[in-house]
Amino acid sequence: MAILIDKNTRIIVQGITGRSGLFHAQQCRAYGSTIVAGVTPGKGGMEIDGFPVFNTVEEAVTHTKATASMIFVPPPGAADSILEACASELELVVCITEGIPVRDMVLVHAVQAGSKTRLIGPNSPGVITPGQCKLGIMPGPIHKPGRIGVISRSGTLTYEIVKQLTDIGMGQSTCVGIGGDAIIGMKFIDVLQLFNNDPETDAVFIIGEIGGSAEEEAAYWIRDNMKKPVGAFVAGITAPPGKRMGHAGAIITSGKGKAGDKIRTLRECGVTVATSPTRMGEAIVEALKLAGKDI
Amino acid sequence: MNIHEYQAKEILSSFGISIPRSRVAITADQVERAAKEMGGHCIIKAQIYAGGRGKAGGVKVARDPEEASDIAKELFGKNLVTRQTGAEGLKVRRILVEEVVEIAREFYLSITLDRETSLYCLIASPEGGMDIEEVARTSPHQIHILTIDPFTGLRPYQARKIALALGLSGVLCEDCVELILNLYRCSQEKDCSLVEINPLVVTKAGWLLAMDAKITFDDNAIYRHREYPDLVDYSQHNPLEITASKFDLSYIKLSGNIGCMVNGAGLAMATMDVLKESGGEPANFLDVGGGASREKVAEAFKIILKDDDVRAVFVNIFGGIMRCDIIAQGIIEAASNVKFTLPIVVRMDGNMIEEGKQLLRESGLNVQIGDNMGDGARKIVAMLNHGGI
Repeated sequence: MAILIDKNTRIIVQGITGRSGLFHAQQCRAYGSTIVAGVTPGKGGMEIDGFPVFNTVEEAVTHTKATASMIFVPPPGAADSILEACASELELVVCITEGIPVRDMVLVHAVQAGSKTRLIGPNSPGVITPGQCKLGIMPGPIHKPGRIGVISRSGTLTYEIVKQLTDIGMGQSTCVGIGGDAIIGMKFIDVLQLFNNDPETDAVFIIGEIGGSAEEEAAYWIRDNMKKPVGAFVAGITAPPGKRMGHAGAIITSGKGKAGDKIRTLRECGVTVATSPTRMGEAIVEALKLAGKDI
Repeated sequence: MNIHEYQAKEILSSFGISIPRSRVAITADQVERAAKEMGGHCIIKAQIYAGGRGKAGGVKVARDPEEASDIAKELFGKNLVTRQTGAEGLKVRRILVEEVVEIAREFYLSITLDRETSLYCLIASPEGGMDIEEVARTSPHQIHILTIDPFTGLRPYQARKIALALGLSGVLCEDCVELILNLYRCSQEKDCSLVEINPLVVTKAGWLLAMDAKITFDDNAIYRHREYPDLVDYSQHNPLEITASKFDLSYIKLSGNIGCMVNGAGLAMATMDVLKESGGEPANFLDVGGGASREKVAEAFKIILKDDDVRAVFVNIFGGIMRCDIIAQGIIEAASNVKFTLPIVVRMDGNMIEEGKQLLRESGLNVQIGDNMGDGARKIVAMLNHGGI
């Protein structure tokens, strides 16, 4: 069953009439995901490449029984799109959009925290359960169905670990890109919890980076609760302080958020941390061995 | 996005927060005249995009206009190195000339995002004028933090609690409540990632004044504040960083000699890490975006080559949906345009990978192919050190 999404997930795409919205809707459909509709205000009633378009999420859900949404709406309207998806009580909302103002996200986070909807992102590459459902912009073919869960704040760096895993024959149960912004919906801990309870996941690999303290929070949670081996990599050990490294959330401020500190805390909490991004696959193998599990 | 102290103060002033009397000057002559206006005795403050100016000699007291002029002559054009600037420092192009205020008490006040709770929070301390991180380390009981509910906003009773905790009473306490509410209004209306007054002072005459201020705007909110671009002082940025931002590329100049071009921020950081592990030093961080279009790859290449420190280039593109042959074409096109002769290592992954590699091999460029990230990093370091492998 993996986590968050599977072959029964029914997806709507908010912002489907935009260039990347349509492109990725097509890509997901080609992978085998069930894309039931698109939403673009003012374009309801039209059809685009076989996808029916609705004016509102509510209408789309009523007509299609959608369970999840993927958002490509540009930053000025993206926060509203997330709120709209939450209001329709979708199970899962994945926001791909990068560049939503922090003030908008503070409000969205507060609303969403009290709703039934799980939010992934924003600034996320999406979620994929290999062989079943791709809800995001990641390249499908590098993934392989299997039993390793992946959680990451990054996009292409996740593809890197996934490829390393696939190359050594280790498939993935679900890969979750939680997003590179300072304010995101589900954090490492929320996803770790799901993997911990998922009978189809044997071990988890997390990819962190400089900025904030989500990795440290995850480390303590793992130490106290995690029943499965965890491997990790933290990007940015050479990143200079005070500079925003591409992602809005990737910045060392006031001496906090350094990769070195995160790595130390993760290790202290029993996580096998890869010393180099070229050895992420080896780290998960080692973590499994340490736990006495067959590979 | 950063702005200068004087701009931050002007913004605070527009929200009803009192600031000292001052003038901004760009020549020593202006500084001298401003000093006269302040009555001779004045404070000279270098305006750069970094803190720690006091200890670095960027803030000085002048007793008369002549001394003000002398200090200004020394500061203008100088690269001020503080604990926040890095070794190169930042050039002083503007100076704030400010009246001398007799200070009775100093406080710290700021509003910023708390990433753990995803809420804005107000931080206050009676230990004003100090480095707040230092205060947090040495006397954490002197720091008061209030997380702000986005639905109710910051309420007067909460602001009063803070003002009382700072030890204020009577009229000053109520003045401080109003100031805190104004500060919150400013942080929201102006989309500030950080708005900080340090120190907030009570003068001997009994007034609350923002003696020093810092504002950082949320980069993601620039689109709804048309005045922001006009506030930027480009002299405080690396010229290549400015060019890169025009093409929506994320570029940061670093001190090494291997130019890096990578798609995706996380992968770009990881590439820097692996280069260093292989004995190389990255000349820059450059993220062309996860999608890595051909145009962006070409622009990124041009930017890397404008950096004179670059002696070799490492390209690491995880193509994903983007086709590798198209990326290769972008690299070849850009490199041919600038008659590029330095060593290049390209590591690509994704669709049409063989076609991409073929194009590069036949391009006539001094290029090698990395099989993976680690292999690529080793190859570029070897090419740089030995002129080949």
